[in-house]
Order: sequence, then C-alpha cells, then structure tokens
Amino acid sequence: MTAVIAVVILAVAAITWAVWPADPPPRGQDLTIDVLDGPAGDQRVKLDATFFTPASGGKAPAVLLGHGFGGSKTSVRDQAQRLAQHGYAVLTWSARGFGRSTGEIALNSPDYEVKDVKQLVDWLATRPEVRLDAAGDPRVGMAGGSYGGAIALMTAAYDTRIDAIAPQITWYDLADALFPNATGQGPATGVFKKMWAGIFFSAGGTRLSGLSGGGGAGGAAAALTGLTGGTGGTPSGTAGPGATPLTPQQIQCGRFLPQICDIYQEIAEKGRATPQAIELLRRSSPVSVPGKIRIPTLIIQGQRDSLFPLSHADANARAIAAAGAPVEVSWINGGHDGGDSEADWVFDRTSAWFDKWLRDATTPGHPQVAQAASVATGEAFTVSRDGGRDPGTRRNTIVHAGGDRYPGLTGTATTKIALTGPDQEVANPPGGSPASISSIPGFGSLLGNSSGLGAALDLPGQAATFESAPLTAPLHLTGSPTAQIRVYGQGEVTLFAKLYDASTGQLAVLPGNLTAPVRVNATPAGTSATIALPAVDRQFDTGRTLRLVLTTTDMAYATPAAPAVYRVGLASPELVVPTDGGLSAPATGPAWWTWAMPLAAILVAAILVFIGRVRRADTAQDPALAEVPLQITGLTKRYRNGEKAVNELSFTVEKGQVLGLLGPNGAGKTTTMRMLMGLIHPDAGEIKIFGSRVVPGAPVLSRLGSFVEGPGFLPHLSGLDNLELYWRATGRPAADAHMAEALEIAGLGNAVERAVRTYSQGMRQRLAIAQAMLGLPDLLVLDEPTNGLDPPQIAEMRKVLRAYAAGDRTVIVSSHLLGEVEQTCSHVVVMHRGRLISNGPVAELLSRGDLNGSTRLEDVFLDLIGENA
Amino acid sequence: MSTGATGYAPRHTLPLRVEIIRQFKRRRTLAMFGILLALPWILVIAFQFGPGNNNGQNSLRLSDLATAGGLNFAAFALSVSASFLLVVAVALFCGDTVASEANWSSLRYLLAAPIPRDRLLRQKLIVALGYSAAAVTVVPVMALLAGTIVFGWNDITVPGTGEIIPAGDVLPKFAIVIGYAMVSNLVVAAVAFLLSVSTDSPLGAVGGAVGLVIVSTILQAVEALGGLREFLPTFWNTAWLDALAPVPDYSGMIKGVAVAVTYAAVLIAFAFRRFRHKDVVS
Repeated sequence: MTAVIAVVILAVAAITWAVWPADPPPRGQDLTIDVLDGPAGDQRVKLDATFFTPASGGKAPAVLLGHGFGGSKTSVRDQAQRLAQHGYAVLTWSARGFGRSTGEIALNSPDYEVKDVKQLVDWLATRPEVRLDAAGDPRVGMAGGSYGGAIALMTAAYDTRIDAIAPQITWYDLADALFPNATGQGPATGVFKKMWAGIFFSAGGTRLSGLSGGGGAGGAAAALTGLTGGTGGTPSGTAGPGATPLTPQQIQCGRFLPQICDIYQEIAEKGRATPQAIELLRRSSPVSVPGKIRIPTLIIQGQRDSLFPLSHADANARAIAAAGAPVEVSWINGGHDGGDSEADWVFDRTSAWFDKWLRDATTPGHPQVAQAASVATGEAFTVSRDGGRDPGTRRNTIVHAGGDRYPGLTGTATTKIALTGPDQEVANPPGGSPASISSIPGFGSLLGNSSGLGAALDLPGQAATFESAPLTAPLHLTGSPTAQIRVYGQGEVTLFAKLYDASTGQLAVLPGNLTAPVRVNATPAGTSATIALPAVDRQFDTGRTLRLVLTTTDMAYATPAAPAVYRVGLASPELVVPTDGGLSAPATGPAWWTWAMPLAAILVAAILVFIGRVRRADTAQDPALAEVPLQITGLTKRYRNGEKAVNELSFTVEKGQVLGLLGPNGAGKTTTMRMLMGLIHPDAGEIKIFGSRVVPGAPVLSRLGSFVEGPGFLPHLSGLDNLELYWRATGRPAADAHMAEALEIAGLGNAVERAVRTYSQGMRQRLAIAQAMLGLPDLLVLDEPTNGLDPPQIAEMRKVLRAYAAGDRTVIVSSHLLGEVEQTCSHVVVMHRGRLISNGPVAELLSRGDLNGSTRLEDVFLDLIGENA
Repeated sequence: MSTGATGYAPRHTLPLRVEIIRQFKRRRTLAMFGILLALPWILVIAFQFGPGNNNGQNSLRLSDLATAGGLNFAAFALSVSASFLLVVAVALFCGDTVASEANWSSLRYLLAAPIPRDRLLRQKLIVALGYSAAAVTVVPVMALLAGTIVFGWNDITVPGTGEIIPAGDVLPKFAIVIGYAMVSNLVVAAVAFLLSVSTDSPLGAVGGAVGLVIVSTILQAVEALGGLREFLPTFWNTAWLDALAPVPDYSGMIKGVAVAVTYAAVLIAFAFRRFRHKDVVS
C-alpha cells in the first residue's frame, strides 16, 4: 500500500508542477510617441505604442515588434509579453495609418514608416530599462511578420543601430510579389496578383478596418496579419478619418497615402505594372537597398504562401549574405495561405536568435563582429516537414529538418526528370472565366489543409499536361524546379505553371497550392522560355509521377479577357529538380526513454523480486528431529497493535499422538495453526515439522494436512471436482491421494457431484476435513473439526481421528470444547492469552485436577487459566 | 534431499491446466466471454437495422466506415471496445484471480498444500494474462468473422484519407494491432493483479484497476500537462490506429509498449514482493 501511496504522491506532485500557474504576463505600458516624418521630416504623427519592461529587471536588450498589414499593436501583444518574460524590453506600436496611430499608410516607405521607427529607436535609447551600446544607440532587434517583417528589413537598411532582425513571411520585392513572372523577366511583364492586391489594398482602407473592428472581416484580414496575426483591424471610433464625414477620396483610398492610392487604382484597372508603380513599390522593398542590411538576420518564410513565396526569402537571404552578415533561413509550414503558423516554434527560434546576437554578444552584431562569430553552431537552414500524426493526440505533427548551410532554391544537387507529352492546344476563355484554381488568397485553408493535402482545379481545354514516368525511387524536392517550355501563338501569352505530385487513381496534390505565373511573347514559330516553378519542399514517393500542368487561367490573377488559342509544348523534356540531401530531420525514432525506461523498470522489478527470496538453507532438515512430527520453540506473534497473540509458545508432539490444543476463544490457537501452515510469519521462534523449519511454501508442508478456520472451496465446482483439482494442484501423483477413503470420510453420497455452493455448513465441513486427509498426511491439523456437525457425526469423527493416529500418524485438534478434547485426544496443550499453560497426556492432566476433588477436564482447565477462583 | 511427502515437487504444483479449469468454470468468466463474443454481432445488428445515416455523404470517420468490409468492421469493433470493455475484461481476469481465492478461503489451503507463493502467483498471473489475451483477441477476431459474413471481405478503407489498402496487406498488421492491444492492457492487468494480492475483495481489485484507467483518461485530457501525459498508462492506447495507415507509423506503438512494460514490470514485481511477505489471514 505504501508503494501505491508513493506513486499517487509522485503523480500529484508532477501534475501540480506541470499546471502551476506561471507568473502573470507583463501588462505593458500604453503610451503615445510623437514622431516627425515625410520626405522633409515635417509631418507630425502620433504613434500608439505599448512598452513592456523586461521581466528580468535591470537593463536588457530591446526588441521592436511590428504587426502585419491590417493589424495593430494589439495583434502582437502575446509575442511581446512572451519576449518580455524571456528578458527583453519590448516595444510594440501601431504603424502609421493603422490602429490608433495617426497618419496614412505609406507601405513601409523610407520617407515615412522607416523614419518613424528610427525615432522609436531614439525613444528606446532614453529608457532606463534598455541596454545601450553607445549613447543614443540601444542594443535592439526587430521582429515581425509580413508588413512588420518588411519594416524590420527596411529599418535595418536605414538605421545602423539595429543589431539583429528576425523578419517573417515578408517580401523582398513588393513589385515582384504583386506582378510575378516565372520567366524571370521582372514585374514589368508580370501577371497581376489581383486577389491578393485587392485584399492588401482594402485591408488598409477604412472600409475594411470598420468591418474588422467589428470582428467581421474574417479570413482576409487575418491572413494578412499573418504569423503575427491576432485580432487585427482598427478599433472603431478612434482617431483618423472616421470622426468626420468622409471625402470621396477617403472613401476610395481609406487610410492610404493619396499617391499610393492613385497608383494602385491605375495598376488594378489595367492589370499591369507601370514604371512609377514599380519604382514606388521597390522603394518600400529590400531590393532597393542592396548591401545595406549588414546585421544577423533570421528569415522565416511560409511554405503555404502565394503572396510572398519562398523565393522572396531566398532573395533576401542572398542579398544579406552577400553583404557579409550571418543569415539563417527557416521554411515553416504556414504562410499567408494558412497552414500551421508554428507560433511556439517561431517564438523559440526568434528568441534564440536574439539571445545569440543581442543578449549574449559582447559587442553588437555588426558586420565585422558578426563574421567572426558566424561559425554557426545552429542549423542555418530548417524546413518544416510533415511528421505524421502524433499517436497520443491524433494531431498532425511537424518535424524540422535542418542543414548546416542554406543552399538557396537550386538545392545542393539536382535530379533531372524526363517529362513527356505532345504539344497541346489550350484556350484562354473570353473574359478569363471560368478560371482554374490553385489557391484562394485569404481563404487558403478552404482548399487545402495544414497536412499539406493541396487540391487544385484545372479546367479541361485550358490545361496542357506533361507527365513523368512513375518514380522508381523516392525523390525529395527542396527548392524551385525549372522546366523549359515552348509556346506557339501570337503576341503575349499568360500561362500558369503547376507541378503536381500525381498518381493514377488518386487525387493529384499541388504542393503548397502554389502556381508560377508565366508571361511570354509567343510567335507562330514558337518561343522558348525557362520557367522557375514554385519553390516547395516535397517528398515524391516511389510510384508517383511529377505532372507539369500549364493552364491559361488562375482565379487569383488577372488574365487577358480576349479569347485565344495557343499551342504549348516542352522545349526540353528535362525537368530540373533541386534536392538537398544534407537536410536531416532530428531523429524521429523512439525517444531515449522508450528503451531506457522499460529496461530500468525490468531491472528494478528484478531487484524487488530477488531480494528477500526464501533461501533453500532455511528449510533444511534437522536429522535429529526427522521423526518428530512437530516441535514449536519460543513461538511469538504480535498483533498490529503490539499485543502478543502467541507468546513464547513451546511444545513438542510425538508420533501417534492425538493432541488437543485447548483454550478459550482468543487464546492464540488459530494463530498458532496458521503459523504451522506457513500462512503467517512468526515474529520470533520457530516451528519444525519433521525437523524442517516451516516457512511459506516449505516442502515439508506437503506432509501436513490442514483444516483451519472453516472450509475453503470454489463454490462453482462440485465437491468431487474441488477435491480432485485440489489434489492436482499439489502436483502429486493421483494414486497417492486415497480419494476413496477421503470421500468415505466426507460421507456426502451423491451430493459430491453438486456444486459446493449448494452445500450445508456441515457438508462443507466434512468435505474440508476430507480434503485435509487427502494423501493421508503424516500430520493432520484440524481446527474445531466438530463445529457444525450433529452428534452422530461427531462420534463418527472421533473414531476417524483416533483410527487415523493409530497408523503411526499424528493428529492435532484444536477446540474450545473440553469434552471434545477429553474424549478424542491422548495429549493436550492448554493455551491462554497466547501462552502455554499446561502440556501433557490428558490422563496426567486429569490426575492433577484433584484440587477441587473433580476429575472433569473442565474444572482442571478453568483452574489452569485461573478463572476458577 | 527432499523433506516433503513422496511425489511432491514444488515445480509440479498448480499446473496451468488445473488453474485454467478452476477459472474457466466460473460464471463470470463465461459471462464475460459471452459478452465479448456477442458484441460484434450486436454491432452488426445495430448497423443493419438501426436508422441509417447513409444519406450519401461520404464521411471518413472510423464509425462511418465500419460497414465498408470485415476488416473495417473489426477495426471499428476494436476501437469501441478497447477503451472500456476490454479494460474491464482484463481487470476482471487479473484482479479477481487471487482476491477471489482469498474470498473463498481456498487460498490458505493452496498455500498449505504447499504451493510456493511465488509459484502460485506466477501460475495465476500466466493464466490470468492468458484469459486477458483471449479476451482481447476474441473481439476483433469475432468482429472480423461477423463483418466478413455480413459486409464482405473487402480491402480496408483508411479513416480520414479514404485511401484503400489491400486486405492481404492489412491482415498481418491486424495481428500487430491485436498484439499491441494486449500489451497496452498490461498496465491494467498489473494494477489489477497488485490490488488482487493486496485485498480479499475481488470487486475492489477489479474496480480499483478500472478506476485507475478512468483517472488516467481524465488526466490525459488535461492539455496543460503537456509531455507528462505521454507517461500516463492510457495515453498510447489508440496508437494502434497508426499501424493501419497507408504508411504505418510504429513510433507511437513503441512508446506505448515502453510505458506499458515499465508500469507492468514494476507493479508485478511489487505484487510478488508483497505477496511473499504477506500474512495470509483470510
């Protein structure tokens, strides 16, 4: 029982430890920071900010945490609290044009948002909680997702006081993100990503902010806020244009800067990028600041992101690495299209990055220092992969495969896969409708789900298909595959390239639900183009095929309205598939405890079992006593309360005796008999049967037949079955049982065939005595054998017992009935309160009883126990 | 030199066959097997005659796929019975075995026969585990039979994804599943057995073991416990579902086996130790 209690206490302690509430999260201090920005630095903006002091106290490095597009400082409150608890001073703010901050959205422009953040850094340098590298230069990092990630990159380029950044799911070139062209010809010929652009634009307007303030915007705004996404939206009725009647310009443009609004309207109407648009979008993009970001950068990008695909992370990583700064890249599962945003893992990765470059670096992570320290111990490149389902929670798990080096989108090696398929005619439907579907921006989770099962829809007549032979070995694609196509037609042709993981009979999977838009100038003689397919990480199993599909439409993009027919073929059958064999997932095999724990348990079990075994020497026979049926010496047994049930009992029984063990109830007779059977352990003294010490299971007990404290039978079996099974349980030969004699003593007649539960008390009693006599044991011990028997049966029993002892065997009978002992026994042992009172032949005892002139045993007995006074 | 009666040898005491007969003729043994054998047929009847929800919707839950074929039905029958019915069966066979002897007073006569205490426990444990294994086997096997007769011998449809795996491929995995179901019930068996040697009340031992499973299942739902839950005895009980996936994943089952073996080994060792030093007063 103590073991059970110990286990329970341990379990309760473990649970308490696990669920004990942590310190309350820091509340943060809300404040308004006035900044001046604009090209001339003369526009006054009030930024709504919250400052979280480090939980560790003292001077700590600071982190600026930016929010996603359409969000506000409240969207990143949770991360800010966690970072503060982790020991950082954290400043969150609503970017201009969002939340309660004033001003208009300028898309992270160097003239506006970047200037704002520089002044936030100034502000941090004045705080006593913030560690300084120099006067006015705090030790500070920046993190954030999407819009908040871009501001980190842009500020890092324009303010050398920033020491490390960890941007997530953000852009390298906003123009390329909105006008992608997989042929690599740049945004000028790119295909307009109209759905994302629309969501992006409307999320910055009051129209949507009003909606999302009421919590109704749902997917679109939430998707934009991305990883940092929380509640999002602008609290309604706050500063900004809401208070006064809106001008038409405000209705159209919301909180966008008018010139941005104008440009957006132009490109959205035409579906093409204008040079001014490209210039403006690029000014807000890291592409415009080559070589200027020279601080340690952790780039986290989503594999399910059709807005800012992995190629943007790749471009950022290459640009920053080229400037000599350490860069690490992580491809997480989720992105703007949904999936698992891995918030915990991203937090751990980000905080570890800041620990390394902000907290632990002796000098801030500037280039020269950084290079010295860039002997990376961590994994420079991690990819989140499907880890199967967790057997316990039945949820999908993610494993993080890591490599020492980020190989870019071309992999560390390439595999060439041959595609086959004839030239195919494809039609562009009038008005570009109906359109194929790859992903639905803002509602990505509707199509696929986090487990990576991406379904997509291609419409017949609009799609050309080229397929590989079934794979003979698994192929793990990591990066951006390239294919060469040839397009025959007239003028500009828009196509969408998708690479499916296909097999016959099952739905083909479009990894990441990503498509690569292609725009080429076709000629009747054919124009060749090399296209970069979307960068993904995907295992193609043996037997699967790679299927390249080129469609003329995609719902998420602006496509030409004019009907047309083109012919599409392969310029080269080779599909170049990048791989990275150096990526290895941490051992997903059994955790160390799966083999250590059972081994330890078996060891513990073995120790528990083997310590305290009964040693064979204990039961060795004493040759001198081999002919003495029973010798008890100094036998003592205490009750739990310390009172002695049997106290220093010693007597010897010789062969042929019928010994009566006499005493009132509670004299210790039954306890003595139980010790005789090896059922209870004596506290002191010993019992020897035929010279062998009695311990539990001592072999000599096989020479003892016993009936103690009532019968014990299996009630569902017949009397005969009980006896037979009992004898078989002793393992002795059936012939030694003397079953017939035993049954005769039981005298049950035909009743032996009935189940024992139907027996009367007397029948059970007789059956039990018969069981005790099975095998004609040399020593027979019977406890109150005549209880419940009727007088003729009692008389019969006396005869049986005397006859039994006559055969050189020994019988011990306990009783509190004096007459019984007097008539049955040759010898008597009188016990009282655990002690031996008298011991000897019955006749001898009776002869002593002349004290009161009586020869009745009853008087002698009462006299002996001292209650006859 | 033997000090015992002629023909007596400790290693021959309480032969397994004797203990099997002693236990088999009991009403609760027969009733339990009756229930276990009837359950698949009751389920079949329920699926055949119950008000169907087959409104053409192609749901991919295990319960909706139960009628897809004998193998699917057997997987379903195992999943519905494993969480409670089989636990009760295992707790009954292992918890009742020693406590009922104490309750009938027959334990002291067995010990005085004498059957050495370790041997008595060993033989009883083997038989109890044997009956438990039979209970765990009988449900899916009978369900396979019933399901095949009624729903046909079809390939298995995987819940969730709807993929089809050929029946021939799944059959050996089914043996693994049954084996795992046995091993994962070892903890229940060991707890019941430990309680069985600690109490004279058979129902107390059975109820105690079932109660522990219930508590563990409740704790399992407390997400705040995080990784600690992996060490709860019931946490991995459904891991066998992974063996039936198109790409079988055995890691959960390995952990489940590790946890089960750990608890079982220690608890059974305690049972032996406890019984060895116990004063039998019943």
